[in-house]
Amino acid sequence: MRNQLATELLFALSQPGRRGALFPDSDVPEKPLNELIPQSALAAKPTDLPEVTEPDVIRHFVNLSTLNMCVDTHFYPLGSCTMKYNPKRHERLAGLPGIVDLHPYQNPSDLQGMLELLYGMQEMLAEISGLPAVSLQPAAGAQGEFTALLTAKAYFESRGEKRTKVLFPNSAHGTNPASAALAGFDCVQLESSEEGLIDLDDLKSHLDDQTAVFMVTNPNTLGLFEKDIKQIAQMVHDAGGLVYIDGANMNAILGYTRPGDFGGDMMHFNVHKTFTGPHGAGGPGAGPIAVRDFLADFLPGPVIKRTETDSTENQFVLEDPPKSIGRIRTFYGNIGILVRGYCYLRTLGAEGLKAVSENAVLNANYLKVILKDVLPVPNGDLCMHEFVASASKIKSENGITAMDIAKRLLDFGFHAPTVYFPLVVTEAIMVEPTETESKETLDAFAETIRKILKEDPEFLREAPHSTDISRPDEVIAARNPILQCCEPQ
Amino acid sequence: MPYLFNTPEQQQEMLQAIGVDSVEALFATIPSELRLNRQLNIPPALTEMELQTHVSNLAEKNVGPSSRVCMLGGGAYDHFIPAAVDEIARRGEFYTAYTPYQAEASQGSLQTFFEFQSLICRLTGMDVSNASLYEGGTCVSEAAFMAMRVTKRHNRIVLLGSMHPEYRQVVESYLNHLNCEVIVVPSVNGCVDPADVDKAMNDQTACLVIQHPNFFGTLEEAEQLTEIAHKYGALSVVSYDPISLGLLNRPGDYGADIAIAEGQSLGTPLQFGGPYLGLFSCSKKFVRRMPGRLIGQTVDRNGKSCFVLNLQAREQHIRRDKATSNICSNQGLIAIRATVYLSLLGKQGIREVAELSCRKAHYAAEQLSQIEGISLLFNDRPFFKEFVLSCSEGPDYLLRKARQAGFDLGPELSRFEFQTDSETYQTGVLVAITEQRTREEIDRLVMALKA
Repeated sequence: MRNQLATELLFALSQPGRRGALFPDSDVPEKPLNELIPQSALAAKPTDLPEVTEPDVIRHFVNLSTLNMCVDTHFYPLGSCTMKYNPKRHERLAGLPGIVDLHPYQNPSDLQGMLELLYGMQEMLAEISGLPAVSLQPAAGAQGEFTALLTAKAYFESRGEKRTKVLFPNSAHGTNPASAALAGFDCVQLESSEEGLIDLDDLKSHLDDQTAVFMVTNPNTLGLFEKDIKQIAQMVHDAGGLVYIDGANMNAILGYTRPGDFGGDMMHFNVHKTFTGPHGAGGPGAGPIAVRDFLADFLPGPVIKRTETDSTENQFVLEDPPKSIGRIRTFYGNIGILVRGYCYLRTLGAEGLKAVSENAVLNANYLKVILKDVLPVPNGDLCMHEFVASASKIKSENGITAMDIAKRLLDFGFHAPTVYFPLVVTEAIMVEPTETESKETLDAFAETIRKILKEDPEFLREAPHSTDISRPDEVIAARNPILQCCEPQ
Repeated sequence: MPYLFNTPEQQQEMLQAIGVDSVEALFATIPSELRLNRQLNIPPALTEMELQTHVSNLAEKNVGPSSRVCMLGGGAYDHFIPAAVDEIARRGEFYTAYTPYQAEASQGSLQTFFEFQSLICRLTGMDVSNASLYEGGTCVSEAAFMAMRVTKRHNRIVLLGSMHPEYRQVVESYLNHLNCEVIVVPSVNGCVDPADVDKAMNDQTACLVIQHPNFFGTLEEAEQLTEIAHKYGALSVVSYDPISLGLLNRPGDYGADIAIAEGQSLGTPLQFGGPYLGLFSCSKKFVRRMPGRLIGQTVDRNGKSCFVLNLQAREQHIRRDKATSNICSNQGLIAIRATVYLSLLGKQGIREVAELSCRKAHYAAEQLSQIEGISLLFNDRPFFKEFVLSCSEGPDYLLRKARQAGFDLGPELSRFEFQTDSETYQTGVLVAITEQRTREEIDRLVMALKA
């Protein structure tokens, strides 16, 4: 049961004079503040934060947390998001003194263990991608895309070329066009073929000497491997362009094939997805990029290098690549997430990584097969780590929508799949079970979907029925946005 | 194999249901010539025990503030983190949840982020805050892009030369290739002369970016600079230190249009530079041009108050190449940390942390600058919790001597390029003092440097 009192807005819990944290008295000689700071710069009145005790804070946020579904509590088959189990050892190890307390401007000789770890991460990502040069800096996948596009731009400029276009299929994540626009490119969206793959003719008709980069997710957002990827890459390269692989779906192909081997020139990893970051209710992620050797000199600085010196000097150093595009963030990256990714890769090793993809693909195909009579999948026979079903047949028959199914699943203790993405499938239901789920869970999920589809459509339209709230009104929210609980004072 | 479930028998059943005879067959759509026909060359798998030993060994090769006294600054600070912050951030319900797209399954995250937005508004005096961006540096770029959209001036922004040099480098990477001029007004003696800023501004300038307190810890004339920005029809973008707002005027009080910050000080460990927290707030009239996720209050179908991701039409997953930013993943869990931190501190606590840091920093500056050969580089400038020392023997000597006594100072200004006065600046070393430092530690440092 929801604790109504404790989950009131924090501001409603405030009582003048309550304290949640006490600090020692000042131990330095007392001086009037306005001798230290000019009166004009001092605030006229105190910042009006709520006043609550530590027990208030704990009870408030612990109760709020229980209103969430999460990987630790539920099956979370959110397509495109790779909601796999987040190992607890990572939290302990990322919190060790000597990891969690390092200041970014410490003397490098006091950081050799950290730099060794990050260097190891660079090396492993290079091997997994088949692309030799890595930058750990991007904070998330979208920033990885943007960083790689700037890297490509600098590369073309160094060759005296000014290419203006970035191409991507209509099944692309929204970040692809958004990153391309931010990097100052013109965006060209391509149609998909009837199979849900890149349409080679459409691609061909748009490739020219203005093509800078072709961005492609492989496996794509329909969960299908772009079987013509080698030919596609060749076409882009023949036009003088570069191929960018959006690594959001790397969980399908670890150890089976590598972006560098199928024609990619640049890619990003989503460490928070593939290497179980975790997701943190929306972030932080980590979006390191890997690129071909001829792009290495343009990567953002600094990168971590191993030096061949005698033992008196630092073995690991931070260095700016010679023609670097510059900095794309402060300091060196979302290190806390990279440390967790490192722990994951070291736990699994090569065989373990391959087993991850095998079981992710097995789980997805199994779930797809046991659901296909009620939720047909328009594209592809075998899928990779996820599949996109369509509810359009059910919708036309009895009015049940993808959204209704998603919402009703919550009542049965399953998080909803992604719905209405990718845009190329109508009434899309995108399911990614991940490898860290059992056959029993998949069976129970499929059984529940069958049960739901037999329910009264009117009843489904009002689902969920057992959650704390149901179907929030987004139109009202957008018309008159209430974005904080106190009007400006 | 850790974290996997299906037994060989189950795998066989599943393969049978699919109608293939091996797992290998599921990968048939990957053409054989593209397959990696060898094992990945990465280090062998470790059990949890072995991994713990391995990572602990790496950690032991580092020397962190736990075993030394941290007086390092430059945008990342050793403020105290109450245990309750870690306790909440370690809740699986928060850290293993996804972005709260499915509102019914995410009210915990949504209400927490709504409270985060509210707390940041109270702290800054601004109207609206988003639910976080990556970190302090990219906030400047996002603010510049937003200012360009608002003012429709796409070719020119002005920055103060006293801004964090890494923030400036980030902005330059983001903007330089776009036919946008980034004008940097050089600082003189640790801060910028408003008259120089006035000369640098014109009616084609989208925004003026002010860091206050600035990279050197010095206070800028933020209010006067904001007026100058407005005189030219530009937006005033203020990058603040969130702790400083326990004492100093709030950006909203002196008319800032966009207020941004590095939020690491609000309950997030140093962890070698990230993940940190980008704070981004602005005036209400610009809300539809803001980057990043926004949480809004609404009602559900039964009229019950609740929270949703709001104004998503600004974002990349809807608007694609016309989005206000490419950001998708933000810093959710770090925003949760800041929410808990600010809740614990409250009205009194934030003032005490600010005041303690400020008082102790002034004591340290006074004591250290009395040592022969050591002086304050910007002697007559008011500062908050951070200041620049200059040493007649050079910065390396100062750093080394402090290090030998167990103190980390820095960063040294010679790490960075500044556009002015560079010879003077080359000698400087930043020192940051938080509420965690004691008089005893400061006195011990003074003794060591005197010796």
